[in-house]
Amino acid sequence: MEHTELLVDYSRAQFALTALYHWIFVPLTLGLTFIIAVMETIYFKTEDDKYKTITKFWMGLLAINFAIGLATGIIMEFEFGTNWSNYSWIVGDIFGAPLAIEGLMAFFMESTFFAVMFFGWDKVSKKAHLTSTWLVAIGSNLSALWILIANGWMQHPVGMTFNPDSARNEMDNFWEVIFNPNAVSKFLHTISSGYVLASLFVISISAWYLLKKRDTAFAKKSIVIAASFGLISSILMLSTGDESAHQVALNQPMKLAAMEGLYKGEDRAGIVAFGLLESEKEIGDEKDPFKFMFEIPGALSFLGYHDINAFVPGIDDLILGNKEHNILSVKEKMVIGKKAVTALSDYKKYKKSGNTEEMNRALEIFKANNHYMGYGYIKNPEDALPDVALTFYSFHIMVGAGSWFLVLFILVLYFSMKNEIANKTWLLRLGVVTLPLGYVAQECGWIVAEVGRQPWAIQDLLPVGMATSNVATTSVMITFWLFAILFTTLLIAEIKIMLTQIKMGPEGH
Amino acid sequence: MFELITLQQYWWLLVSIIGAMFVFMTFVQGGQTLLYTLAKTEDERDVLVNSLGRKWELTFSSLVMFGGALFAAFPLFYAVSFGGAYYVWMAILFCFIIQAVAYEYRKKPDNVYGQRFYEILLYINGTLGIFLIGVALATLYSGANFEVNEMNLSHWTTQTYGLEALLNPFNLAFGLMLVFLARVQAALYFLNNIDEESITSRVKKVLINNFVPFLVLFLYVFGTILFQTGYIYDSETGKVTEESMKFLNTFLTHPSLLLIILAGVGSLLYGVYLGLIKKDTKAIWFSGLGTILAVTILLFILGIHNSVYYPSLADLQSSLTIENSSGSHYTLSVMSVVSLLVPIVLGYIVYIWRSMDATKITIDEVKSDAHHY
Repeated sequence: MEHTELLVDYSRAQFALTALYHWIFVPLTLGLTFIIAVMETIYFKTEDDKYKTITKFWMGLLAINFAIGLATGIIMEFEFGTNWSNYSWIVGDIFGAPLAIEGLMAFFMESTFFAVMFFGWDKVSKKAHLTSTWLVAIGSNLSALWILIANGWMQHPVGMTFNPDSARNEMDNFWEVIFNPNAVSKFLHTISSGYVLASLFVISISAWYLLKKRDTAFAKKSIVIAASFGLISSILMLSTGDESAHQVALNQPMKLAAMEGLYKGEDRAGIVAFGLLESEKEIGDEKDPFKFMFEIPGALSFLGYHDINAFVPGIDDLILGNKEHNILSVKEKMVIGKKAVTALSDYKKYKKSGNTEEMNRALEIFKANNHYMGYGYIKNPEDALPDVALTFYSFHIMVGAGSWFLVLFILVLYFSMKNEIANKTWLLRLGVVTLPLGYVAQECGWIVAEVGRQPWAIQDLLPVGMATSNVATTSVMITFWLFAILFTTLLIAEIKIMLTQIKMGPEGH
Repeated sequence: MFELITLQQYWWLLVSIIGAMFVFMTFVQGGQTLLYTLAKTEDERDVLVNSLGRKWELTFSSLVMFGGALFAAFPLFYAVSFGGAYYVWMAILFCFIIQAVAYEYRKKPDNVYGQRFYEILLYINGTLGIFLIGVALATLYSGANFEVNEMNLSHWTTQTYGLEALLNPFNLAFGLMLVFLARVQAALYFLNNIDEESITSRVKKVLINNFVPFLVLFLYVFGTILFQTGYIYDSETGKVTEESMKFLNTFLTHPSLLLIILAGVGSLLYGVYLGLIKKDTKAIWFSGLGTILAVTILLFILGIHNSVYYPSLADLQSSLTIENSSGSHYTLSVMSVVSLLVPIVLGYIVYIWRSMDATKITIDEVKSDAHHY
């Protein structure tokens, strides 16, 4: 069943819209829950009521953020069915499991203890309350774990075989799915980036109070906790980012090439520190891909393969093939893939008519060509190329911003320790304005991960064009716009409420 | 370890139980529609909202869990129904997105659209949301318009993508039945959870007004299910055929299932009696247990005795059964091990619920709590 391009585009747009909105709220929840748990732990140990006020204030902001994150999350789960129904069948046997486990292990934990955290101050003991707060933090991060196992599997499918009778992939090794190296590095990178964002959130608001010279004692206490948490998280984020890139190099070479705008593969490939892409550049031509750029030599080979001299294949090599490095062209893979697709339908046909001999022959052909089956659904070789500009710029904004966050945390912590933070107006201003950049970097990270792997819904197995539901394009257009209006309506309310709460401050004035 | 069919039935039972628990938990939605019936003052309304506000996420999580369990255990249903009855499921999603924010934003200063706006969202969630879920569940008995090809890929045969189910009186009755049931449960829940005479004194009228229509609709729905022509499949060939009074036959073969349903209905009736006559706090536990028992069995019979659980009105042979739509043997085994966590999860939910609800909510408590909804 082939789909029109417009249907695929709208299905992707709707999922991207939901994911981007969802991701405005989730990283803050992932990190802020831990920061709050640390704050409450200090209150529990010191019995200093100031820390109770601090805990309750940040908890109030968390609640405003939490509800809308939850709402957008449920849609994503159901959208796999509503908009990606072929996908749901073809890989549901593997993909459904982590989603169900997430519900059972994480959602109930979050929602049960969330109620205690907010309404239980006078109903349960201090210790039980503190435990609940920690369980909310653990629960929300567990939820991220299972979702990222699912996402990591899409980037690097493992632990399954294709069953020609049911015409789907079936799980044969649960442990491989869970301990998929791609999923592990993705999980650690994602949660640590969430902690960084939450730290920026607390720093930004505290810095604003300090600039306004109000609630200074509260702000100073908050900012120290956030900067310390942010510094540790940044280091974790940068090191897991390195591992993520290594995983991309191993399993998604096209994404790596797009991230760096690398067309002609080379040994000792460099990383572009900054540069402007040439928009006229086509696959296989001799044009320079960059209008200008500044490169760090050997860095990409090192990042991708942990070897400064390693060969990094470029877009031209991956699409047109490179005999020297044993890389098949997309065209060759398409021929193999089409053989598998045809053999599978022959297998079905002969099975139905009871022709065992032909059926077994078709099965043999299928098995011999099945590894590139996904390419059998690709129409043109250039369709295997993701949007280079979007991937390249998103990647560079993310890395640049991430490096700046580390510097910011060091500076804020340094001046807080010297008790000079309140006078460093320039730093406080930087602290306030960095928060939007934090959100931009978060979204960029997902753009790199998801746009960079196009056209694949499941890497090399299932292109998005084959994965969508068989519904009318107009239906998806209608729901896309309805979602866009609804999310925006709710986001406006969320931001306005949040800002008002911040202005009211911890004492509620 | 276990045979595939055993695991398929086990998972169908689990899905039925989760579905039944969700139906019980929709007292939250029912309560959202009673904000202007049970409460006459702003303070009373706040108590209602706060009483529900501590539970709404559990209901929400049950719905997510119901979806997740279906995805993991019966992925073909997920693909066929969600990707086909597109408008119905999308409308349900919209009804639940708006709920999540409504509690948190309703009373917040500068909430842009005003308190009434968020109360309307709660009302839509409580009425339309539950009604549509009922309609969607009803199609498990009445059928839907889809075709599944030899690659197990599916498509819908009408351009209304699920909305055509609204033309079937049985589906409508099923949806309305759930709405009235949710309101009955809500009234009993408030009796249990709130200590304000002004509110609880109005429960009686709400109970009568909602229980009577519920009962009428239930008798119609249950009668239709018992006597309707059902569909069975041959486990050797997979071929689907009609069988008159399929579910009545199931009950006659397994009278114990009929007894459980009747016990469930009895328990529900007793709960309503306790609430109505004695204003008893414990009423919700009887009505809740009754609901869970009855709904579990009503769903479970779709997956046993060679029954089809999602008949196709477009092509009978495309109909879904627990055998032709399930996950693989390996996945169902893994998920069955995971399902051992269910009692632990239920255990801590019950424990927390009890300790949080040890004392009833009052207007004074809500007023003194800085973080109230």
